[in-house]
Formats: sequence, structure tokens, C-alpha cells
Amino acid sequence: MKPKKGLRFIQMLLTFLVLIAFGFPFVWMLLASFKTQSQILSTGDMFIFKPTFHNYVSVFKEYDFLKFIWNSFLVAAGSTLLSLVLGLPAAYAIARHHLHKLGLLILVARIIPGITFLIPWFILFSKIHLVDTYTALILSHMLVGLPFIIWIMISFFEALPTEIEESGLIDGCTHHQVFLRIILPISGPGVITASLLSFIFSWNNFMFSVILAGDKTKTLPIAVFNFMSYSEINWGALMAAACIITLPVLIIALVSQRYVVSGLSAGAVKG
Amino acid sequence: MQYSWFNRNLKWIYTLPAVIFVLLMMLFPIIYTFRISFYEWSMSATTPPLFVGLSNYIALFKDERFWHATGSTFYFTIMALGLEVILGIAIALLLSREFKGKNIVKTVFLLPMVATPVAMGLVWMLIYEPTIGVANMMLKSMGLQPLLWLASPNQVIPSLVIVDVWQWTPMIALIIMAGLATLPTDPYEAADVDGATAWRKFVSITLPLLKPTIIVAAMLRLIDVLKTFDIIYATTQGGPNFASETLNLYGYVLGFQYFKLGMASSLLVIFFALVMGLTLFMIWMRKRLEGTSS
Repeated sequence: MKPKKGLRFIQMLLTFLVLIAFGFPFVWMLLASFKTQSQILSTGDMFIFKPTFHNYVSVFKEYDFLKFIWNSFLVAAGSTLLSLVLGLPAAYAIARHHLHKLGLLILVARIIPGITFLIPWFILFSKIHLVDTYTALILSHMLVGLPFIIWIMISFFEALPTEIEESGLIDGCTHHQVFLRIILPISGPGVITASLLSFIFSWNNFMFSVILAGDKTKTLPIAVFNFMSYSEINWGALMAAACIITLPVLIIALVSQRYVVSGLSAGAVKG
Repeated sequence: MQYSWFNRNLKWIYTLPAVIFVLLMMLFPIIYTFRISFYEWSMSATTPPLFVGLSNYIALFKDERFWHATGSTFYFTIMALGLEVILGIAIALLLSREFKGKNIVKTVFLLPMVATPVAMGLVWMLIYEPTIGVANMMLKSMGLQPLLWLASPNQVIPSLVIVDVWQWTPMIALIIMAGLATLPTDPYEAADVDGATAWRKFVSITLPLLKPTIIVAAMLRLIDVLKTFDIIYATTQGGPNFASETLNLYGYVLGFQYFKLGMASSLLVIFFALVMGLTLFMIWMRKRLEGTSS
């Protein structure tokens, strides 16, 4: 079947339009981050201008951005690691022993509006003095990461042939050893997919952190948001901050595109 | 084979930590929220929670702001979901053919989904800015009237819908592309023999075969659109004049700005029931549709 020339041209044009429409906000953010306030406020040359690094310098110098980056990284890495520790064995047992009711219970966490948890968490964490600690943030972010890791890993483990385990058992391994020494080492791609998404979700999380983080543990999204509440918006600095927060996840997504796509759609279709 | 206690109970040792964590972090808060919804409490140390029965719920039902938020939630959800499904199918069909640079297009297309929502909210604020924003410059260059976008009570929800569509249409398109890749080829060959047009093939073959995939994608989006928080809070905080205040936002404001914890909890119980109810309804619909199509 050969599409006609005219049709192919329209398809190309539409594809180009899709590319522009979905890529444009990123281009705009990047451009504005290198503009001075007066360049942003003027409606003259939108694409051609003399770039300035002043916005980036001021973000790091005047505001404690390195600390916010560190906070965000710590919380995202911590919650992902702990979710893996709890989630991998659970997903494996659910997949192999068909404990799907249990799996469903954990997945409900994805359906429930996160804000339903916030008031009780806030009260509880206040009582035990955990507000403004990494512990509170990591625990709350785990409720997003853990169900996702379990969700992705159940379908990954189910796709593994059972012969691998049987041969391990014949060789004298216990089930526990089979999981640790055989299953986990060959599960790299699944674990990478699950970890990346869990990390990204935690890095992006706003709602839980805005209540549970304080001055000491403020994460990047909160810092960038607070940045805005001055009388006149400093657009250049704001866009530089937006670039700084988005860059790590964009790099992760670009480098591991295959994993991220398969993770996002695997979790979806299996659900 | 002699099994130790550890290995005999392995499946519970593997699952219990995760289950206990989820129960503690999820079930306890839900029960607590439900309980608090019958109390009046502002979290002050001097006044303990006071049992008031259903009066929080009654107060909510008499509260105009609550009904407005419910309306906004549905308005936003229906518009965003509808556009995302239609555009998602169209873009999936467009991108599923082979062409040069397909990977680049797919990669760019993936980025809105993973980009930090708060940062994206700020970028869209700059784009929508009435005097310096590029959105109005484009309108003007096309000879159209500039809009107020986020600053106008009438335009704010459609403007936010555009942001949501930008961010999440890619997810629907990706799921549908995965579905398209698994479609059988024979019906298309048969249709070619019959000389069917491309549109006819889409309506009578592609769409019916894709129905289960479309429903799954729409269901996942429905659950998340209803809960949209980051983008709305980062750009408008529910304004101007409460015009973009959804249930999620009003619950947040009641709880953490007014400290009416009881009333906030009763709103969250209603919101929770709404999301769960719609989800269960979608699951039931999907089962019924799958039952009739197979």
C-alpha cells in the first residue's frame, strides 16, 4: 500500500506541528532563562538575543539552590531505594504465588487522591516530631514509588520463565537464594525501569513536600514555587530555576528513553 | 527436601513488609480522615476535637464554594479527558507509521510527561502572560484578539486544560501506539481487497479493535485528571476569584490554610468516594464491553 504524495506531505506537516507544539514550552523556558528581565519584557527579538548567564549565577548565589538539589536528590534516592527493598520481594511473591488480591490492595494507593493522606500524616508526623525531616518526606514519597515499582515488577517477573527457578532449586538453592542470586541479577532492565520512574515521580512531587517539608528539608519544587511570591516576578531567574529542576529528569528520560516508555505504558496496559 | 521455617514462609516474609507499610501509610490515614470528618477541629492545642456528627457534611452541602469546586472539577476533567483521548488517538495513528526521525519525535513527545509539573506551570505562566506572553503574540500575529488566559475567570479552566492536554496526551498516544502495534493484519488485507477507504478502515477495523486499549488509557487518565493539583496550584492557586478551584484544591485550602480539619476531611471523604466510584464504574464498563466484544 503506497500512500499518495499529497497525503504523505500532509502527514509530514502534521508530525512537524506535533513536534513544535510539544517541544515549544521547553525551548521557551530555555531561551528565557538566558534573557535579562528587560529582554523578556520587550516584545522585540524573541529568538535572537545576547545570552546572559546572570540568571543561573544569581539562582545559585542568592538562593541556596545547591541545598535544595541535594534535598530533592536525597529524598528521591532514599524513597526509591527503600521502595525497591520492600517492593522487589513483594512483587516476586505476588507474581509467583498469584497473590493478586494483595497486589490489588497495594495498587489502590495509586487511585486514592494523595491529599486524603495529608491531614492524618501531618497530624501524626507533627506529634512524633517528624515534620521537616527527611524521614517524613521519604516515607510519604514511598507511597507513590512503592506501588509503581510493585506494579511494573509483577508483570516483569511474570514474564520470566519458571524453568530458571526450577534449575536453581535442582542445584540445591533455597527459594530465597534463587531470588537473590538468580532472579535479581537477571532483572536489571525491570529494576532500572521501575527505579527511574520512582525517582522521577519523587523528584517531581509537590503536594506531599509542600506540607511535610520545612526550612531544613525543602525540596526543589517547593523552592522554585516559593521563588515566585515576590512583588515583581523575576522571569529570567524563575526560568533558570525551572530549567535546573527539569534538566535532571529530562536527561534521565532522554538517556533511558526505552525504559521510561516501556515502564509508563507497561504499568498502564497491565492495569 | 528439608525446608527451614524461613523458606517455608517465604512468600509471607516477602510480601508482609510492603503490605504493612501500605496499610500503615494508607489505610490508617483513610480511617482517620473518615473519623475526623465527624468532628470539628482546628488543630489548636487548647480545644480538643468536638464530635459534631454530620454537620460538616451538611455545612459542605450548603457551601457554594464546594459546589463550585465540584463543578470546576467535572468541567476540567471532561474537557481535558475528551481532548486527550481524541488527540491521543490521532497522534498515535500519525506517529505509528514509519518515517525519518521518528525516534526524535517520539523522544520530544515523551518529555512533557516526565518534566516537573511545578516548573512547567511556571513556563506556561510566562507563555500565558497577557502583555508579554507568547500566546497573545501569536494570536495578534494571526489578527485575533488577545486573551487574558489564566487571569480571566472564564478562560482560566480552558487555559489549564491546554496545559494538561500538552502534558498528558503523550501518555494516551503512547499506550495506543503500543496497542496499534499488536493489531492483526488480516482484517486490513481483507478490507484492501474490498477496496475500503482509509477512513472506513479506521472506523470499522482499527477503532473497534483498539477499544479495550482506549478504555484502559482513558481510565488511567480519568483517575489522574480528577486529582490534578500541581499545575493548578503552581499557576493560579485556584484563582482568579476561585474560578479554577477544584475539589482537590478546596480540600487543601480548607485543611492547610483555614485549618478547618473536620470540614476538609468530610470534603476529602466525598472526593475519595467520587474517585473510587468513577474508577469502579470504568472497570465495570470495561468488563462489560470486553464481554460483548469477545
